[in-house]
Amino acid sequence: MKSRSGSLYSLPLTTWISLFFLVPMLIVFVYSFLARETGGGVRWEFDLSAYAEIFRQTASGSFIYLDIVGYTLIMAVSATLLTILIALPCAYYIARSKNNTLLLFLVIIPFWVNFMIRIYAWVAILGQSGILNESLLAMGVLKEPIQFLFNDYAVLVVLVYTNLPFAILPLFTTIEKFDFGLLEAARDLGASHNRSLWSVLLPNIRGGLVTAVLFTFIPIFGTFAVPDVMGNSNVFMLGQLITSKLKFTGDYPMACSLSVLILLLSAAGLVVYTVYNNRQEQQHQVVIAEDEL
Amino acid sequence: MKGSEVRVENADKKFGDFHALKNVSLTIGKGEFFSLLGPSGCGKTTLLRIIAGFEDPSSGSVFLDTTDVLPLAPNERHVNTVFQNYALFPHLTIFENIAFPLRLKKLLKADIQEKVTHYLQLVHLVGHENKKPNQLSGGQKQRVAIARALINEPSVLLLDEPLSALDAKLRHQLLVDLDLIHDKIGITFIYVTHDQSEALSVSDRIAVMNEGRVLQIGTPFEIYEAPADTFVAKFIGETNVMDGVITAHVDNRYTIDTDSLGPIMVTSDRYFEVGHRVRHAIRPEKIDITKEKPLGLPEDFNIFHGKVSETVYSGFQSQFYVETDESPQFKVYQQHESYLERGPAIRWTDEVYLNWDADDGYIVELI
Repeated sequence: MKSRSGSLYSLPLTTWISLFFLVPMLIVFVYSFLARETGGGVRWEFDLSAYAEIFRQTASGSFIYLDIVGYTLIMAVSATLLTILIALPCAYYIARSKNNTLLLFLVIIPFWVNFMIRIYAWVAILGQSGILNESLLAMGVLKEPIQFLFNDYAVLVVLVYTNLPFAILPLFTTIEKFDFGLLEAARDLGASHNRSLWSVLLPNIRGGLVTAVLFTFIPIFGTFAVPDVMGNSNVFMLGQLITSKLKFTGDYPMACSLSVLILLLSAAGLVVYTVYNNRQEQQHQVVIAEDEL
Repeated sequence: MKGSEVRVENADKKFGDFHALKNVSLTIGKGEFFSLLGPSGCGKTTLLRIIAGFEDPSSGSVFLDTTDVLPLAPNERHVNTVFQNYALFPHLTIFENIAFPLRLKKLLKADIQEKVTHYLQLVHLVGHENKKPNQLSGGQKQRVAIARALINEPSVLLLDEPLSALDAKLRHQLLVDLDLIHDKIGITFIYVTHDQSEALSVSDRIAVMNEGRVLQIGTPFEIYEAPADTFVAKFIGETNVMDGVITAHVDNRYTIDTDSLGPIMVTSDRYFEVGHRVRHAIRPEKIDITKEKPLGLPEDFNIFHGKVSETVYSGFQSQFYVETDESPQFKVYQQHESYLERGPAIRWTDEVYLNWDADDGYIVELI
């Protein structure tokens, strides 16, 4: 039985999502198809130039924007991979530990500190007179300080650091539900320790892996603050590009078209995964249906 | 014989303060169907896990034939396990579950197909190979687990309470299947169970365990008819236990003055002296129950008078709880060998006579 009261109960949520999620998205979408007003804002006439601009090629043959998209993709994929590689053993250890409440608490604690402060803390660690340089100098490993900041590696380190909890938590919840007896069964049947993790643990925590990838890749793909503080100021990631379009050149349609691009690229992965999952489920149901005949 | 001999010597295992195994030694013969029987926490599963390689003993050693297996990892031992909860891989089909060990060995595709099909036939699961484990019933899952454990052709198969999650009928069917498989492939089976009827029905020999110790090793017949101590006597089947002092004996015929029933006669091949305090046991099915006082019984029969305080009718037999004049409760089973017009003749509160042959009683141990 469908009850009409359902829509009433969901009214607050519907209002909230419409006002603060759908309407802003719509504004971004509409703005991306309008003309740029010099001095900021938009002129209300249909104009595709903000999209054309994305694919513009310079006289020397390089793509200004697509190169940034490519660079952002490479950074986001590497940061996501690193995050997952570190998060997996952490989550596995926490799930098997008797102290998992304490360990999870430690994972969550950094959230109590403001995001920007945590990023600047890394400046204090990696900077020329930072903790890392000072201790390496004191130990005699270095003769003079190295500049660890303002390059891709510094960006990757901090991206991995800030996103690690978002990967650990979904992985932990799926690994915790995993039947570790299956690993013993695999060992018993002839698998080495690593082989049992690879062929039995990983396929059975696929859901958690996908969630962890989405939870890290999507925010990293649109990140702004981390590359802005830690990165080389000569290269931009997409988030920085959009910010500069808004803040410095006032090119609203361009900022919006780039935002739509991020949205589409992020959504593409999600769609592929959903379609793949549905297909698997359908096959599964077909088998069950045959069984019942 | 294709199986291996398994020799456990002085195995001891402690988990923190818990002493799970206390100096256990036993030898399981090639191709034997051997059961480890005991209540939960008796150490039987710990012993099995030590043989499989999932636990290391705190001290002691384990040999497969002449090989010391303790330095070997589970995947290096020629031993496979059927787990209590099946432990099938949920992401793989039945075919792939059974093929898992072969894929690890990188066998050729055609060989894998042939072997898996062979073992699917052995456990009667042909036609289910493309299903996932969650589409099978409990009994089917357990058969997949058995096929998967056998496909490596281990020399010893370990079974950890493999039937405990199944209902009684299915359990019996699978037990018979297991016995047939054992006869067919002839490797050593080590079967862990807390269910004495399972152990009695299929084992060549049984080790009864309690609190980390092996109390008795013997054939099902020996374990049932000549239990080594009170625990074994009470754990295997049902029994009526009476303590008393030996007052006389002629050859192997002893008279015991029991605390609860007074003097009874019993035959024992073991030697006891007059004045020894012993525990006597008599199985419920060996006692005859009648409403009239039986006449003309030989003199070495024990006979007592009592009143039925409880009856349990279970089709093929009735169980009576009889309060004798002295003892609080006596358990008696009577088989229903022929059709009874109005049900069992003996009813609740009936006055009855119990009698049994002195040869059917048993002196368990000195106390």
